[in-house]
Amino acid sequence: MAVDSTGAIVGSRLETALPRIEDQTSDLLDAMAASLHFEVASIPVVATGYGRKLVRRASRQVTEITCHARGVFELLKHEGTLVDVGGQDSKVIVIGPQGRVIDFTMNDKCAAGTGRFLEHTAARLGVNLEEIGPRALGAPREEAITSTCTVFAESEIISLLAHNVEIGPILKGLHRSLVSRVSAMVRAVGIRPPLMLSGGVARNDAFRVMLGDTLEQPVQLPDEPQLMGAFGAALLGLSFSAVGAGFSLRE
Amino acid sequence: MNPPPPPPSQISNIEPRKSGGLSLISVASYVFNYQLVGKPFLAYQRHQDERKLKALKQKPQQLLAPPLVRTARMKEMMSRHYLQARYANGVRKVAWVTSGAPVEILQALGFVLIYPENHAALCGARKKAEEICTEAENAGYSRDLCSYARTDLGTLLSGKTIVGRLPRPDLLLCCNNICQTVHLWYRVLASRMKVPLVLIDTPFLYEPAQPHQIEFVKRQIEEMIPVAERVAGKSLSMARLKEVARYSKDAAELWLEILNRGRQKPSPITAFDGFTNMGPIVDLRGEAETVEFYRSLLEEIDERIAAGIPAVKGEKYRVLWDNLPIWYRMGWLSKTLGKQGINLVASDYTYAWGELAPMMDVEKPLDTAARVYLHPILNRSTGDKLRSMKRMVKDFDLHGVILHSDRSCKPYSLGQIDQRDRLTKDLGLAAVLLEADHNDPRAFSEEQALGRIEAFAEMLH
Repeated sequence: MAVDSTGAIVGSRLETALPRIEDQTSDLLDAMAASLHFEVASIPVVATGYGRKLVRRASRQVTEITCHARGVFELLKHEGTLVDVGGQDSKVIVIGPQGRVIDFTMNDKCAAGTGRFLEHTAARLGVNLEEIGPRALGAPREEAITSTCTVFAESEIISLLAHNVEIGPILKGLHRSLVSRVSAMVRAVGIRPPLMLSGGVARNDAFRVMLGDTLEQPVQLPDEPQLMGAFGAALLGLSFSAVGAGFSLRE
Repeated sequence: MNPPPPPPSQISNIEPRKSGGLSLISVASYVFNYQLVGKPFLAYQRHQDERKLKALKQKPQQLLAPPLVRTARMKEMMSRHYLQARYANGVRKVAWVTSGAPVEILQALGFVLIYPENHAALCGARKKAEEICTEAENAGYSRDLCSYARTDLGTLLSGKTIVGRLPRPDLLLCCNNICQTVHLWYRVLASRMKVPLVLIDTPFLYEPAQPHQIEFVKRQIEEMIPVAERVAGKSLSMARLKEVARYSKDAAELWLEILNRGRQKPSPITAFDGFTNMGPIVDLRGEAETVEFYRSLLEEIDERIAAGIPAVKGEKYRVLWDNLPIWYRMGWLSKTLGKQGINLVASDYTYAWGELAPMMDVEKPLDTAARVYLHPILNRSTGDKLRSMKRMVKDFDLHGVILHSDRSCKPYSLGQIDQRDRLTKDLGLAAVLLEADHNDPRAFSEEQALGRIEAFAEMLH
C-alpha cells in the first residue's frame, strides 16, 4: 500500500506471502515504484506483519497491531474495539484517542481462531473460499463442530460428510466455532463500542453477521479490511518522513 | 502420574542407598573429588570468571550493563553445592526438598539439600531440559505435567543432568505451599526411590492466616523433627536451629534490599539479575556464606548506583515481570526488551524470597517457620497477588506489566487474565500476556512472543 503526502491511498497490491519474503517484497516494491513513478530509496518504507523483520528495504518495522489500529482509525475516524482476523492469527485491539492502541489480546499457538481454520476446512469441503460465507448464512440450521483444533475439526467434518450431512449447516457450525473463539477474546479484553472488523476474514459476511449477533453489537467495516495493516504502516511511514505532517505514533 | 515402578536399572543413575553409617570408599571419594580437587578448581574458575567480568566492566556500555562481577561467586557457590551433593551419599545425609519447604530444620541437622526445581531450572537455562523432559514423557508422564517435574523425573529415569549426578535422597520433604503438583511428584519420588516422604500441608490463604492455620502447620513441622532426626542419626540442637534461622533471615533481608534497588531511576539491576542470582537464596538458605554473598552483591549494586551505571542504557520504560522466568530464553528476552528501552525492574517471583523476611523471628524459629511458609505468593489468593502487584507498580513506579502465562505453573498463571484486566483498567497501565513455559521450549514461539513484546512497546511509546 502506498499513500501520498496527504495520506491518501495511491496504490496497493495484494499477494499471497511466499516463503522467500525478502525477494517477494523487493520485487513488489520495485513494481509499485515503477507504476507510481517514485524511487524506493527516497521514501520511508514501513514493514508490518510476521515477516516484517525480513523486509530488507524497510526503514522501520511496526507490529500489525499498531498498524491495523492506525489504518482503521484513519478510515472510520473513531475509537472502539477492532477485531482483526487474519490468516495466521486473530487479535482484538482496543483503539483509543488518535488511533492509539490501548489494549490488545491475541490467540496463541493455535490455528483454530484464524482465517486458516476456514481456509483449511473449506478446502476439505471442496467449497471456494469466496462462497463459504454466503452458503453458511443461507443454511437453515447448523451442525455443531465441537473440536477446538483445526486438525480435529477437519476429521469431525469428514465424519459429518460421511453421514450425509449437508455442507451448508456444516459451514455454519464452522463459522460458529470461529465466532465463539473470537468473541471470547473480545469479552476478555472488554468491548469498547463500536465493534470494528479488519483482516481477510472481515470479507466473509457470515463471520461478520454472526460475530455482531453474538456480541450484540453492530459491526463496522472499512472499505478494504484486508489492507488495513498495510494502510496503517504506510501512514506511519508518512509520519516518520520529512513530508509527513500530522501523523505520529503519539499525536 | 502413577505409572508402574520402573525396573531397578532405570534408577541406576541415582547412587544406591547405603545402609546406615559412613562408607569408607564414599568418604575417600568425597574428600578427594570434592575437597581436594573440586573446591580448589572451582575457586580457580571463579577467579578466571571474575577477571573476565572485570574486563567487561571496563569496556564502554552497550545496550545492557555487563553481568555483575559477583555472579562469578554465585556460580562457584552453586557449582560447589552440586559437586558436594554429587559425592554426598555415604558421607552426609541428603534430602530432596521443594522450593518453599521449611528447610531450616534439615539445614540444622546437617543434610545436604537438593532442590529438584532449581536443578530443573539449571537444566532449562543450559537448554538441556527439553531432552530430559522427553525422557519422562517416554515413560508415560503427560506433557501437561509441570516441566520442572518432567525434568526431575527425566533425570531420575535417564541420569541426564548438567550437574554430573544427583545424589540419592535419604529423605524427601515436600511442602505444598507452591502448588499441589509437588505432592504427587514427591509421592512418585518416594515410591520409586523407597525413601521416607514428609509432607507439610499448608492451607491456602484466602485471607490473612488464622491462628489455627498457623498451629496446624507448626504441628506438622514439629512432627517432622523426629523423622528428620532419625534419618540424620542425630538430635536437633535448638541453638543451631536459631543460628540457621538467623542466616535465613539475614539473607532474605539482604535479598529484599537488593531487589528494592530496582526502585532507583534508572535502575541498576534488572529482573534478569534477580533470576540469575537467586540460586543461593533458594538452595543455600540458612548458610553463613549466602549472607556474605548477598552482602557483597548489594555492595556491587551500590557501586553501580554511585557510578551511574544503568542496567539498561537509556531506560525508558519500567516494567514488572509476573510469574517464573523463561529460563531457556533469558538472553533473548533481555536483549529484545532492552532494544525497546524496557527494563524489567521488578519481578514478583524473585520478590517471593525476600518479601517475607520481616515475618521471621529467629528467637521463635518454629512459630516463624509456620507463619512464613504459609505466606508465599503462590499460597495466597489471586486478589492478594493482585494487591501485591499493584503495590509493586507504585513502589517501583512502573509503566507496564508483562504477565508470563506459564503453561507449567498453573497456580501462578491462574487469575492472570483478571489481574491483567484490573491492572489496565484500575491503574491505566499497559499489560500484556506472554504465553510460554518456564522450562519447556516447545511451548514458546519466538515470532509470536516478539509480536506481543513489540506491540506492548509500541503501546508504551
